[in-house]
Amino acid sequence: MSAVIATEHLSKTYGKGEAAFSALSDINLSINSGELIAIVGKSGSGKSTLMHMLALLDRPSQGNILVDGTDAARIRSRQVDGLRNKRYGFVFQQFFLNETDTVLNNVILPLKIAKINRKERTTRGLAALKSVELSEKAAAKAGTLSGGQKQRVCIARALINKPSVIFADEPTGNLDSHTGKTIEDLLFRLNKEQGITVIIVTHDKELAGRCHRQLHIKDGKLSEGSDV
Amino acid sequence: MKLSDLLSTASANMWRSKGRTFLTIVAIFIGAMTITLTNGIGTGIKSYLNRQVKSFGAPNVLLVTLTNKQTSPGSGPAKYTYNPNATVSASGLHNKQLLMSSKGLAVIKSIPNITSVVAAHSLSPDYITGKGDKYQLSLAQQIGDAAPDMVVGQGVNANSTQNQLTIPVSYVQPLGYGSNRAIIGAHVTIGITSGQGVRKTVVATVVGVQQKNLISQSVAYANNALAGQLYSIQTAGIPAARANTFLTAYATFPKNLTTTQLDTIKSKLKAKGFTAKTIQDQESTIFTAINAIIIVFDMFGAIALLAASFGIINTLYMSVQERTKEIGLMKALGMSRHKVYALFSIEAVLLGFWGSVLGVGFAALVGKAINAIAVHGFLKGFPGLTLLTFPPRTIAIVVIGIMLIAFLAGTLPALRASRKDPIEALRYE
Repeated sequence: MSAVIATEHLSKTYGKGEAAFSALSDINLSINSGELIAIVGKSGSGKSTLMHMLALLDRPSQGNILVDGTDAARIRSRQVDGLRNKRYGFVFQQFFLNETDTVLNNVILPLKIAKINRKERTTRGLAALKSVELSEKAAAKAGTLSGGQKQRVCIARALINKPSVIFADEPTGNLDSHTGKTIEDLLFRLNKEQGITVIIVTHDKELAGRCHRQLHIKDGKLSEGSDV
Repeated sequence: MKLSDLLSTASANMWRSKGRTFLTIVAIFIGAMTITLTNGIGTGIKSYLNRQVKSFGAPNVLLVTLTNKQTSPGSGPAKYTYNPNATVSASGLHNKQLLMSSKGLAVIKSIPNITSVVAAHSLSPDYITGKGDKYQLSLAQQIGDAAPDMVVGQGVNANSTQNQLTIPVSYVQPLGYGSNRAIIGAHVTIGITSGQGVRKTVVATVVGVQQKNLISQSVAYANNALAGQLYSIQTAGIPAARANTFLTAYATFPKNLTTTQLDTIKSKLKAKGFTAKTIQDQESTIFTAINAIIIVFDMFGAIALLAASFGIINTLYMSVQERTKEIGLMKALGMSRHKVYALFSIEAVLLGFWGSVLGVGFAALVGKAINAIAVHGFLKGFPGLTLLTFPPRTIAIVVIGIMLIAFLAGTLPALRASRKDPIEALRYE
């Protein structure tokens, strides 16, 4: 199996001099295609920072991020934008939906950014909604949905460009345990049935336990015991 | 994002906060309306005056008078120097005016590029009559090929040997003709008393009916042939030295002269003691005053727009602030910096577009209403005057100019949006 994302001596430092704060230090990891991975740690441990860097939303202070073996620092910013748009999908704890717009319009936002025409956007948007069983809500305003439904809309949005990797930042953090379970199942199913690499950031030990592999982050370091 | 998507997204974003957007548009609206109205009035009056002044003479004619040294009050009498071109000094109420003799004509004619010189005789006919009664008449000699505003027909032919005249529209009925058209080509009789007191008549052909004129309300215009004949009758028996005098001479120059060449003529005439002005020179004095007034009004409009552009900046800053998360999401989902910048810039330009289009449109409606009221009301005496005129070019300049101002105003907020860090933006609560 090939590594879709890997890091070499990855470090992130905020601030300078005496005020410098090391969020991550010397992280070496490799994530293979089709893996289901949990990044686990307490809040403030640096797990979100790690995810942001793996998703190319942030730049490392030292070290490299390899995307399919290529150093991300060498990829032009325009291509990085394209990469995030087409190969990565994002699911956030706070959903980040435009509540005043329709569910369908929220789902097709990545396609709009990718300059896909209106007709294809609608077709693919409806298909994505169908896969999360929300077809009947397409024309509804996003603000009218329940938390679980909102997160399913987010997953549909993450799925719409047929990504190879989905980043889920505390996907069940805002949901009750029952709804959270449904979302977990949905993510696991995408991994199993479509072979999408799923990277879940969580502090929920139970959720982490259901993943293939756990990366424990403590005080900015990948802790002992987790296999890399 | 495609341009059409950027446009529709920006437009949707703009209307998300309706009250704020509406108020910003109102501010732009006021500026656009003010500028359009002031320019509309300026254009209307200028084009009207242009037509009015045209009746004074063709553009390639110089009005030449003798330069007279004016004495300022209290400085005592001016010293007399003999001027061979001036025969008589006529005393006005406050100043002396020098009358030109025919010698003056020859001097003017000797200047290079002057093709012909005609004395502007003041004519004093007794009456004009058509098919019935006799009516008083003010008659002036037309300058060159001038084309005053005509209801029907055309201006007199300066070079024709036939006696021609154009009459004000108010003379048509009294002269016994049912319609303006019927009088064209008709012969009218002008009565005049000679220098020896003999009453004579001259027959002339009507070639045009003049629109009522602001400056020369009811003056009829004669061509050179008619004016010459009338003048020779009214001066018959008067000694030549006194008879053949006039205030103004009309000097014609080729139409294709450059400004420099024209200035040369003027300076040469000045050296010989003459003052020469074209119709445009006379016009420009009036226009300078009108332009100054318009500029003052335009400044009010500009101030309104300046205030409005701060409104745009404020509105967009607020909307960038409100949409921080959304901007972060779009960037995370792969939208590039310059597309984010474009999205907010377009929103600013759209604000400018709606404000200016509504402002200009409203100004046009108001102008139309005012014009309609004015024609039947306070401007009844000025037919042909459209108080507010809106040429499409001016309207386009106003709209595009305001959109440009809006774009510039949107630059800072758009830049702030485009520089937002997606992570910070997504963390923002």
